[in-house]
Amino acid sequence: MSLEKLELFEVFLRSKRGLDHRHAGSLHAEDKEQALEYARDVYTRRSEGVSIWVVKSNDICASQEDDSESFFDPSDDKPYRHATYYDIPKEVGAM
Amino acid sequence: MTKYNKSEAELEASFQQRVDSEQKIEPKDWMPEAYRKNLIRQMSQHAHSEIIGMQPEGNWITRAPSLRRKTVLLSKVQDEAGHGLYLYSATETLGIERSELIAALQSGKAKYASIFNYPAQTWGDMGAIGWLVDGAAIVNQVSLQRTSYGPYARGMIRICKEESFHQRQGYVIMMELAKGTPAQKQMAQDSLNRFYWPSLMMFGPHDSESAHSAKSMKWKIKRETNDDLRQKFIDQTVPQIAYLGLEHPDKDLVWNEEKGQHDSGEIDWDEFYAVINGNGHSNRQRIQHHVKAHEEGAWVRDAMSAYQQKKTQRKVNAETAA
Repeated sequence: MSLEKLELFEVFLRSKRGLDHRHAGSLHAEDKEQALEYARDVYTRRSEGVSIWVVKSNDICASQEDDSESFFDPSDDKPYRHATYYDIPKEVGAM
Repeated sequence: MTKYNKSEAELEASFQQRVDSEQKIEPKDWMPEAYRKNLIRQMSQHAHSEIIGMQPEGNWITRAPSLRRKTVLLSKVQDEAGHGLYLYSATETLGIERSELIAALQSGKAKYASIFNYPAQTWGDMGAIGWLVDGAAIVNQVSLQRTSYGPYARGMIRICKEESFHQRQGYVIMMELAKGTPAQKQMAQDSLNRFYWPSLMMFGPHDSESAHSAKSMKWKIKRETNDDLRQKFIDQTVPQIAYLGLEHPDKDLVWNEEKGQHDSGEIDWDEFYAVINGNGHSNRQRIQHHVKAHEEGAWVRDAMSAYQQKKTQRKVNAETAA
């Protein structure tokens, strides 16, 4: 792979122990070790994280905007999956 | 495998310090072997409970009294399957395979909540299970949102959000039965009577009898003791029973002004241990059904893997042709 065409990696940071890793951005690198070091250098310059994940962008399988109907619409007509669908009298306390 | 440049004692000290200062332990951190084992036991037991817990309610999907109730019940059972998945996956971060966990369930080596060994006999039981069984599970799970193992804590946060619907739909079933005909009200009372005590047993033995409690508390796997959690559940259930106009199954229950909580009657611990040790009404049936479902699903797994092979082959063919 030429220097101009390095592979794209996605960077995820855990800002604090106990929290999920969140997407922070992306960068180019030769391999995953280098990606991890670059991510440290550019994305955690102000103590943004306690842990870093890097993943090749090509390895991410993502749903497409065009598919969103078949992916997500079926839950629109199922309000009964939400707790607020059920009226609970105040007298019985939080539920 | 990650390498650590410290002695075992140093590692253990910094682990405990981390736990003491309310920091989460994450999968790649060093942890004592017994902590890992204890977590695998508790988390897999939790996962198995979600999966086996689908059976008593699944039993009523085809007999739900209306289409709306059928969709609600179906949706709840689907949620339990999802919760099982979250928990199995979180357990796997500890370095154990799903197949090992399932084998332990099917051989009886691993346990699941004994409540699911009680049969669901009437529609009223769908109300009582959602309200009491899921209600007791929520009390425990809310506490576990603060457990020391990161993936478990995060799983609990997600699960708790979804569980609230389960308890509320159950209570609504109870409200409807309780204000229905005398026969319907009797059905609600009967379900309450049968599920109240087993729900209290879900919190496990008394603290003085609990085999895993002390270590689990020190490691903050458990955040509150069995008896404290059970007390919370007893107290919160009292006004809920009163609102339904049903009789409380515990005849010894009295308000203790001094303690600011209810004193209650003793649980039948012989029954608890009998059910845990395999002699509940449905123990054998639950495991047999799990094995059967797993075996009957083999063709689906085979089909998925055949389709995967076909897709890969097509890709290879396309590439060689190009």
